[in-house]
Amino acid sequence: MDLKTFKIGGVHPPENKLSAGVAIEAAALPKRAFIHLGQHLGAPAKPVVQKGDTVKVGTLIGTGEGFISAAVHSSVSGTVFAIDSVIDASGYKRLAVIIDVAGDEWEPSIDRNPELKKEIALDQKAIVEKIKESGIVGLGGATFPAHVKYMVPEGKKVDTIIINAVECEPYLTSDHRVMLERADEVLVGTQILMKALGVGKAIIGIEANKPDALELLSRKAKDYTGIAVQGLKVQYPQGAEKQLIKACLNREVPSGKLPLDVGCVVNNVGTALAVYEAVQKNKPLFERVVTMTGHKLPKKANFLVRVGTPIAQLIDSCGGIPEGTAKFINGGPMMGKAMVSPETPVTKGTSGVILVDGSDAKRNAPGDCIRCAKCVAACPMGLEPYLIEKQAEYALWEEAEKEDAADCMECGCCQFTCPAARPLLDNIRLAKSNVMRIRRERSKK
Amino acid sequence: MSNYIVSLSPHAKGPLTTEKVMWGVVIALMPSFAFSAYYFGIRGIVVTLVATIACILTEFVIQKYLMKTTVTAFDGSAAITGLLLAFNVPSSIPIWEVILGAVFAIAIGKMVFGGLGRNPFNPALLGRAFMLASFPVDMTTWPKPVTTQWLWNMGASVDGTTAATPLGYLKEGVKMGESVTNLVAASPERFDHFNLFIGNVGGCIGEVSAFAILLGGIYMLYRKIITWHIPVFYLGGLALITGIFWAMDPTKYADPLFHLLAGGAMLGAWFMATDMVTSPMTVKGQILFAVCGGLLCGLIRMFGAFPEGCSYSILIMNAFVPLIDKYIKPTRFGKEVNYG
Ligand code: SF4
Ligand code: SF4
Repeated sequence: MDLKTFKIGGVHPPENKLSAGVAIEAAALPKRAFIHLGQHLGAPAKPVVQKGDTVKVGTLIGTGEGFISAAVHSSVSGTVFAIDSVIDASGYKRLAVIIDVAGDEWEPSIDRNPELKKEIALDQKAIVEKIKESGIVGLGGATFPAHVKYMVPEGKKVDTIIINAVECEPYLTSDHRVMLERADEVLVGTQILMKALGVGKAIIGIEANKPDALELLSRKAKDYTGIAVQGLKVQYPQGAEKQLIKACLNREVPSGKLPLDVGCVVNNVGTALAVYEAVQKNKPLFERVVTMTGHKLPKKANFLVRVGTPIAQLIDSCGGIPEGTAKFINGGPMMGKAMVSPETPVTKGTSGVILVDGSDAKRNAPGDCIRCAKCVAACPMGLEPYLIEKQAEYALWEEAEKEDAADCMECGCCQFTCPAARPLLDNIRLAKSNVMRIRRERSKK
Repeated sequence: MSNYIVSLSPHAKGPLTTEKVMWGVVIALMPSFAFSAYYFGIRGIVVTLVATIACILTEFVIQKYLMKTTVTAFDGSAAITGLLLAFNVPSSIPIWEVILGAVFAIAIGKMVFGGLGRNPFNPALLGRAFMLASFPVDMTTWPKPVTTQWLWNMGASVDGTTAATPLGYLKEGVKMGESVTNLVAASPERFDHFNLFIGNVGGCIGEVSAFAILLGGIYMLYRKIITWHIPVFYLGGLALITGIFWAMDPTKYADPLFHLLAGGAMLGAWFMATDMVTSPMTVKGQILFAVCGGLLCGLIRMFGAFPEGCSYSILIMNAFVPLIDKYIKPTRFGKEVNYG
C-alpha cells in the first residue's frame, strides 16, 4: 500500500508500544467512583443527582450546559456519597459526583447483547441527538464534545469523514487494541457517523506500525460502502487533526480555521466505537480503554475502565508502582499531562497512563541555543520555535503574534528535538496566551 | 504533596544533546585528522593538538575567570574551532602563531559575543583571517606532503621542500599569462583528480583529502547533525560558476571538478558553511546562503587577488545570515492556501 504522510516537520520518537500485544481486559470495579462533571472541553455538566440518590450504570448524573458541553453518566451502580471537588489530572480541583459502588446494575434500556447490529435505524437528526445524549466526546484526548462536530453550520459543506486511528503518541495502544478486537463495531460506528453528516466517504487513517490493524480493517472495510483505509507513514504528530487531513486528503486547514472549512470532520476510532454503542446499543459513554504502561511496570495492560476509577487502582492491578518511578503521565509522552498524584480518576479523555522512571522523567539542563535549526525543521506548523521562545523571553508579544505563535498546536516536536534542551514549548505557551490576550483586548476596543 | 515530577509536555526528549552534536562533529573530523597525519607527519599532529588545546583552554579561562559563568569549554564546540583552525593552516606554521590564532578565534571570534550560539562569524575562519593578515608568509608556505618518511618530516619548509598548492600554482600561472592547458601539462600531478581526491597535494593540514572530508560529512548526515542542503548547494554553486567559465574557455579556466576537489572547498562546504551557529535557520535560507557562498568562492578563485576564496566566501555570507533569517521564513502550515 502507498503510505501517505504530512509534508512539513514532524519527528519520530521511539515508539515503545510495550502493550500492543496485550488484549483488552475489563478492570475491576472501583469501591468508590469519582466522576468529574467537567471532563470534556467546554462548560462542565450540571449535576442532576443529589447526595443519597441511588444510581445505576448509565444513569444520567450531569446534563450538558450550553453549546459546547457534554452529558455525564454514572459508570457504576450505587449511592451518591457526595458532590464535591476532586483533583483532576491537571492538578485542578473540579466538581465531581462521588459514588459508593454497590453491585453492577445497568440501566435496563442498555442493550447488553454483544451481537453486532449493522442496521442503522435512526435518522440523521436522531443520531446526532443520541450522540449528544450519550455524552460522547473525542476519545483521542482532546475530549471535544462529539455532537458539535455533527451540527454543520449553514453554508459549510462536508464531503469526507476521517477516522483517526493513527495513535502517533509513543506507548499508547488503546486505539490499536480497539481496532483489533472491535473492528466491525468501529466500521458500523463509522457508517453511523457518515449517515449523521450525510456524506458518502470515510477514510480510516492508520500508521504503518500497526500492520495487523491495517490489514484487518482493510479487509473488513470491503463489506461496508464508502469506507477506505489509508496506511500512513510513521511520523509524529500524524494524529493531529490538521496533519491527518493533510496526509489523507492533501488539504490544508487554513490558520485559525476548522476541519469543516476544508470539508472534513475528524473523529477518533475510540469515538467511532462509542458512537456505535450509543446509537445501536443505547449505551452512554461511561467506560473506555486505557493503556497502562511503563518500562518497569510489572504488567502492561489495556484495561476497559469505568470512568471515575482511580488510576492508583489500575496501577495496583498492574503490580503496583515500581521503585524509582518519578513521573505519571496521563496520555502520551509528547502531549500528555504529568499528574500531581496517581489518585486522580480516569476520565473520558484518559487514553493511557505511563509510569516514567527516574532519569527519563527529568529534563536535561537547558543550555544556550546553538542555532542548529532543528526546531524549525521539526515544527509541523512551519513556525520558528527558537524565535518565538526568544520573543517570549523579552515579552515581545506583538512580534510573537506576527510570527504566528497562535498557530502552535503544542505538539512538542520542537522541544523534543532541541539538543540544547531549551524549554521551547513552555515559553511558546506563554507567548500564545499573551497573543490571545492582546487579541481579546484589541477586539474589546 | 507528592514528590512526583510535574512538568509540562513534552515528556520525551530526543537523542541529541549539544555535547553529542559537537563531539559528533569532532568525530567527523577524525578521518581528515588521520589523513593529515599521514601526509604531514608529526608536525601536522602537533599543530592540530596545540590549536585544539589552546582553544579549549582559552574558552575555559575566559568563562571561569573573566565571565565567571558556567564553564562549557568542554562541550566540544571549542574543540571544533581548534581542529578547524589547524586544518586551515599549513603544517609548517610556527607553533606560537597557531596559539595566537586560537586565542583570537575563541576570544574575539566567539566569547566577545557571549559565547556559543551568539557569534555571527565562524570563529575558526576569523582566526584564520587574523593569522593570514598577521603572518602572510608563514600562512602561504606549504610543505610537500611526504608520505614515505613521515616520522622525520618535522616541518618540511625548513629544508626547503615547499610546494605551491594547486590553486596557488594555478593563480600564479594565470597571472603570468600562462594558459591552463600549459599549466596542467607542466604539472599534471597537481591537477590529477585522484590525487586531489585522496589529498596527495600541497595545502592546509585538513583540507587536502576530499575523501576524508566526505567520510566525515556522511557520518554527520547519518547522525542527523547536519542536513545535506548546505554542502550540496555550496558545492553546486561553486561547480556552476566555475563550470560556466570553463565551458566558455577551457584554456583559461580550470574545470569544475578540479575546483570542487582543490583547496578548502570540501572542508568549507562540509564543516564551515554548515556551522550551525553562523548559518541560516530555514532550509530556504540555507540554500540561498550556500549557493551564494559557492558562487562567491568560485568568483574569488577566478578573479580575486587570492588563489583561494573559500573562507572569505563563508565569512561574507555569515554577515548576511541575520538578514536572511529576518526575511526568509519557513512555509507556514495553512498560510498559503485558500479554500472557497
Ligand atoms: S509545539 Fe508548537 S512550535 Fe513546537 S513544533 Fe509543535 S507546533 Fe511547532
Ligand atoms: S533546536 Fe534548540 S538549539 Fe536548535 S535552534 Fe532550536 S532552540 Fe536552538
